Formats: sequence, structure tokens, C-alpha cells
Amino acid sequence: MAYTLPALPYGYDALEPHFDEETMRIHHTKHHQTYITNLNNALKDNNELSTLDVQDLMTRFNDVPADKKPVVRNHGGGHANHSFFWKNLTPNNTALADGPLKSAIEKAFGSYEAFQQAFEKAATTVFGSGWAWLILKDGALKVVTTANQDSPLMGESVVGASAGYPIIGLDVWEHAYYLKYRNLRPDYIKAYWKVVNWEYATKRYKEGSS
Amino acid sequence: STTFVRTKVTLPDLKYDYAALEPAISGKIMELHHSKHHQTYVNSYNDAADKLSAASNTGDVVAQIALQPLINFHGGGHINHTLFWENLAPKNSGGGAPPSGELSKQIDSTFGSLEEVKKKFNTALAGIQGSGWAWLVKDTQTGGIGIKTYANQDPVVGQFKPLLGVDAWEHAYYLQYNNRKAEYFTAIWDVINWKAAEERFAKA
Repeated sequence: MAYTLPALPYGYDALEPHFDEETMRIHHTKHHQTYITNLNNALKDNNELSTLDVQDLMTRFNDVPADKKPVVRNHGGGHANHSFFWKNLTPNNTALADGPLKSAIEKAFGSYEAFQQAFEKAATTVFGSGWAWLILKDGALKVVTTANQDSPLMGESVVGASAGYPIIGLDVWEHAYYLKYRNLRPDYIKAYWKVVNWEYATKRYKEGSS
Repeated sequence: STTFVRTKVTLPDLKYDYAALEPAISGKIMELHHSKHHQTYVNSYNDAADKLSAASNTGDVVAQIALQPLINFHGGGHINHTLFWENLAPKNSGGGAPPSGELSKQIDSTFGSLEEVKKKFNTALAGIQGSGWAWLVKDTQTGGIGIKTYANQDPVVGQFKPLLGVDAWEHAYYLQYNNRKAEYFTAIWDVINWKAAEERFAKA
């Protein structure tokens, strides 16, 4: 059974003016679709792996045959990361409400503002292509980054100290922001706070804590 | 004790106008790529190198090591882009004209033909995951040539010498080609300055 492109939970223009329509459209219909096409091609003879939910495929990364690992790392990672990303964004953004996630953030970073700064710094300083994440690992929240399409779900043997359960994530590949923000990645990162889906993040936190 | 002194690097001027490489590469891209991206590598390298000098002068080894990734990234970015601007040229200044001389002979004996080396080069470019560069390089051990890819802004150093490079970072093509990077890889050969590669081959 092949992986398919998940529909966006909102229209391509729904995140304007923060994330522009053209980028959302190309990002979803071209970039994400390409990851899926290549992943399906790589796993077409491997029914056991290709029937897994892609997020589970990431946690089972070490079971991927060696000759398929590079493709699954890049394209399986791409499919997993982008599937997560669309749900991690919302046109109905609100500030993070008081609750278990906010308390955990304050406990881990000292304050919400300190967390924001840490996340912005991480996202800004990724060299080349990658992602910035807030993850849950061993009951504690951490800001980490991964290169290219590595997912924190791939585990320590692949991503080292970035291994964990993603709570929020930000794509900092240039294709995620170049059309609107050009070289100004920091402006794109600031805009992210206007579209991040804290409700989904709270759900993730509860799932990851159980 | 030893004092480390250094001079700042500066953004090199292009030998052609921003729009001169059209239609292969748009003027808008050239302007952003040169005046923003490359300028940032220059500024950030100078900043990191200043800090490295200071750490070297106080013998702070931990700080020196912590600065290495920044030196690698921004210094590499400066080197790579400087070489890149030189190995591009407008069509009326030799852009796209085939190589001649010793390099041309090496290309034919190693790859079979110019078309073959372009094909292999574009395959290497297409295979880059994330950000990086493909280079035609000279192997100083064998005297021969080959194609290598480097991630992010890692520069060509050591055994290999850079002859001709193509930037595969998304910023190099995204405004014009979006996700259609294969089209960019095909189009750029119209503005590749083989003369620069020949000169580098002779010196390497």
C-alpha cells in the first residue's frame, strides 16, 4: 500500500500573510509529493515497512534494509516531517494557554520567552537545510535541530541528542520561506509564532507523556 | 607568545552585471545571491575570525574549537561563492563556450566527451540531499579530474583542487525555478565559464 499526500487541514492561503499561498502550494503539492513518490518507489517491494504509518516507519528506521536507508532517511523523513508540519500549523493561532505544556516549558527553560529565544536561535543557526524542534525526551522538553530531513523519531543512532518526540517543528529549508522572505530566515522564524498550532502541540505533549 | 593577526575578507565585485546571466539565472537571484547571501558569509566569517584571533591570543583552546564550525561554514561560503562568480560568465564573454586545451583533453579521456561530463555533473547535483555544491576537481595525487559533491558550505580542500563549481542550495535557483532544480542544472551550462576552469587546472 502506497503512501499518499495528506490534505492540508486549511486552504493554501489560510496562513497569509505569515506563510504565503504560493509557498504553501509548492511546498505541499511539489516538495512533499516528491518525498512521497520517492519513498513509495524505494519501498515498493517491502510490504512490511510500507504499510506502517510514516511516523512509525521513522521509529523503525533501523529495520530498513541497508541499501534503502539513504532514500528512506531523506524521503521517508521528508514525508514524516511535512505530514507533521501541516498539522503543526493553523490559521487559528492563539498564544499558548496555561496548562501542562506551558508549565513544562517554563520548567525546562525558565520562562516561555527563554524558550522562544532558544527555539529562534536554533532555527536561525541551522547550517544549510534542516529543522528546528521542541521535543519531549525522557520526560523533559528540549530544543533541538536536525539536518536535511532527519526526524527526531529516527532515534539516537541516527540523530544523536536530537532524538525524541516532536511537539512543534519548523522547516528551515530555503524552500519553506524563500519566495516571501528571501534570505531573511529570522523574519520567517518570527512569523512562525503567528501560525504555530499550540492545540496540536498540547495534544502531542499529552501523547508523548503517556 | 604568538599574536595572530589577520586581514578582513571582502565581498568581491562581479565581472558582469546582475542581469547579464539571464535567462539562465535571473538578475533578481544574482543580486540577492551576491549582495545578501555572499555578503553575509563575508561578514560572519570576519566576525568568527576576529573571535578566533582573540581566543588564540589568550590561549583559549575550548573557544577556538567552538568557533571551528562557524569558520568552516562562513569561510567556506565565502570561498565557494568567490569561485562560483568567476566560473560563470555572460554568453558574450565566453559563458557556455566549450573548454579547450589540456582540460578539454582530460575531460575527453576521463569522461569521453563534454556532454558526458555535464550529464555526470548534473546527476551529482541532483543527488545532493539538502544544501551543497558539486565541483569538477583536480586530484593532486593522480593529476586526474573527477566530480565531487560537498555538503552545506564545505570547501574543496586538501587532496582535491576546485576547478568548476555549481551551487545547489535552493537560494541559488528558487525564485526562478522553484522546485524544478533539474531545469536550473540544465540551464546553467549556458553561462559556465570554462576559461576559469582551464586556468585553475593549469595552476592546480
